[in-house]
Amino acid sequence: MNKTLFTTLCVLLASCSGEHQPTNTGVFMLVDTSGTYTEEIDKAEQIIRYTLSRLDATDSFAIARIDTGSFSEKDIVAKVSFDDRPSAVNRQKRVFVQQVSEFVENANPSPYTDITGGLLQAVEFLNEKGTGNKTILIFSDLKEDLEEGYVRDIDVELGGFEVIALNVTKLRSDNIDPREYLGRLEEWQGRVEKTGGQWRVINDLDGLEGLL
Amino acid sequence: MSFMLSITPWPVASALLWIVLIVAALYLIRGTAHKTIHAAAHALHRSFKVASKAVTRSELKLAERNRDVLLAAGREAKERIIEREFDRINETVRKDLANYSSLHRALSESIDRIEKDHQEAVDVPPDPPGWTKAVEAVAEMSKNDGSYQVGNILADIHKSLQKAHKDAMSAYHEASAKRHHLLRRMRPDWRKIQQKLNAVGKSVDSLLSRSVTIDRHMQEYEDIVHARDRAMSILSSSSLVNFFVSAFVLAIAIGGATINFSLIARPMAEMVGGTSLIGGFRTADIAALVIIMVEISMGLFLMESLRITRLFPVIGALPDKTRVRMIWITFSILFLLASVEAGLAYMREVLLHDELATSALLRGEIGATATGEYMWITTAAQMGMGFILPFALVFVAIPLETFVQSLRTVVGLIGISLMRMLSLSLRLLGSVFLYLGVLLKQIYDLPLFVPLWLEDRVNRRAEEVGLTGRV
Repeated sequence: MNKTLFTTLCVLLASCSGEHQPTNTGVFMLVDTSGTYTEEIDKAEQIIRYTLSRLDATDSFAIARIDTGSFSEKDIVAKVSFDDRPSAVNRQKRVFVQQVSEFVENANPSPYTDITGGLLQAVEFLNEKGTGNKTILIFSDLKEDLEEGYVRDIDVELGGFEVIALNVTKLRSDNIDPREYLGRLEEWQGRVEKTGGQWRVINDLDGLEGLL
Repeated sequence: MSFMLSITPWPVASALLWIVLIVAALYLIRGTAHKTIHAAAHALHRSFKVASKAVTRSELKLAERNRDVLLAAGREAKERIIEREFDRINETVRKDLANYSSLHRALSESIDRIEKDHQEAVDVPPDPPGWTKAVEAVAEMSKNDGSYQVGNILADIHKSLQKAHKDAMSAYHEASAKRHHLLRRMRPDWRKIQQKLNAVGKSVDSLLSRSVTIDRHMQEYEDIVHARDRAMSILSSSSLVNFFVSAFVLAIAIGGATINFSLIARPMAEMVGGTSLIGGFRTADIAALVIIMVEISMGLFLMESLRITRLFPVIGALPDKTRVRMIWITFSILFLLASVEAGLAYMREVLLHDELATSALLRGEIGATATGEYMWITTAAQMGMGFILPFALVFVAIPLETFVQSLRTVVGLIGISLMRMLSLSLRLLGSVFLYLGVLLKQIYDLPLFVPLWLEDRVNRRAEEVGLTGRV
């Protein structure tokens, strides 16, 4: 009898103390604000709202702009780690939407586009949060344009990350030579998959169901 | 195979030779083979028979135990019914016979009053004197013969007498009126007596009908005590009925508990967090379940303290003072938990509105955040359910007790049926093996038909020779 009790207690304690893998989700969204792409920012807001509706307690979400030098905390527009309580989560979501709306209204176009810097920032943020699923959303045309002196020839470690390129618009030059567009996509896919990440492109924003 | 067919230069001859050899060998060992088959078949038959007997014995023991359990449960239930009937009789007697002395006094007083009034009513006033007719005759006579003086005197006498008669008549009327008044005064006393007697009659009738019921219960109790077959069959069928009815009610109660759970599980996340897990289950769900379980436990204790159920004899045996205290404590806890549930149900509605508003905001539907005019109805309904369901779950104790009690006998009955089937199967299997042995012997003899036929012929011939010799 005592033995059975002891064994049951041990099993219960083991099940309680066992390390659980986190199942929460971390999302970092990079929003391109360079040149004419600023005009697309309303679509970014739509995606942000959708993403917020998909996130729940203990998940993390951050929005950062892509500008001349994106590897900086200053470029993070809004960030949140959702509370454990449902009422607090709803409150945090409302505040987040407010911050994003302000950002959308006051967004200024930047002269250069540092996507790699933003990616590094996203990896750093999500690794720090330690979420179970890590997703980086890149809302950009993926045309990187670095200012002179910025070094971005770095392999970003993306093992365990899913990188989703959203609304990758075609540039005027892409229309003349579509190989440029395809080449850009291939280059980014190669960079992501080379370091163990998963790559996806979603251009149809009406079909966001599979985003998260 | 080729070796076997090559023992002679002709394969057919080889085959024939082999057949003859095999048949001969089989014929030679026929007796031993038959004995072996017989022994094996009988051994299996006996083993299965023994096993069947063992199972039958166990079945009988189980049936006996089940019978004891059934009788004990029936006896206890009957004792409880009889006890309650006696309680009711006691109550009736206490209520009605406790007032018997005052009733008796009231009846006696009423009767005394009636008697007195009756006595007074029988005093008849005297008739007017009988000689007035004679005076009337004298008066008439004196008028006719002309003696005026005498006539006057007689006329005066007549007048006086008329007056006396009138007075007597008025006294008579007065006495009659008084008598009628007395008789009228007796009427409420008669009615009172009648009412009191009716009430007593009703009580006596009720006692009589209760005594008939007690007689019937006592007869059934006697049947149970003497373990008569009639009582057994009644108890078995009622046990099965109780089992199914209580299982049905428990299923309904489980439905109620599930609704209760869904009412409080969501807002529980506000208290204990929405994502923490214990053993793979959400802590909020476990907390909600624990609250419901505590409510059911409190309900059980309350029912036990009220002596409605008897699942815990310790509670039933507590002194009345402690028991009453326990009733109040369990009821208070239950009331508090019901209030907490009502609060949680309200919280659930608030959270739902909050979530809907946030979803609408995220969809960009600003107007959709406004709440409906009649939303308070659902809120009130949820709060009401949250408050009432814990009290409704209290009554689970009654079907639970019946279920637990009837389960013992139902499980016993199922066990008996299974054992009976097993015993029958084993007996059947034993017989199958017995006849299989006989069949195997026949199959063994099938290829040996030639030597057996020859043997039969030889035996007959020998018998014939023996008979001829004896003749």
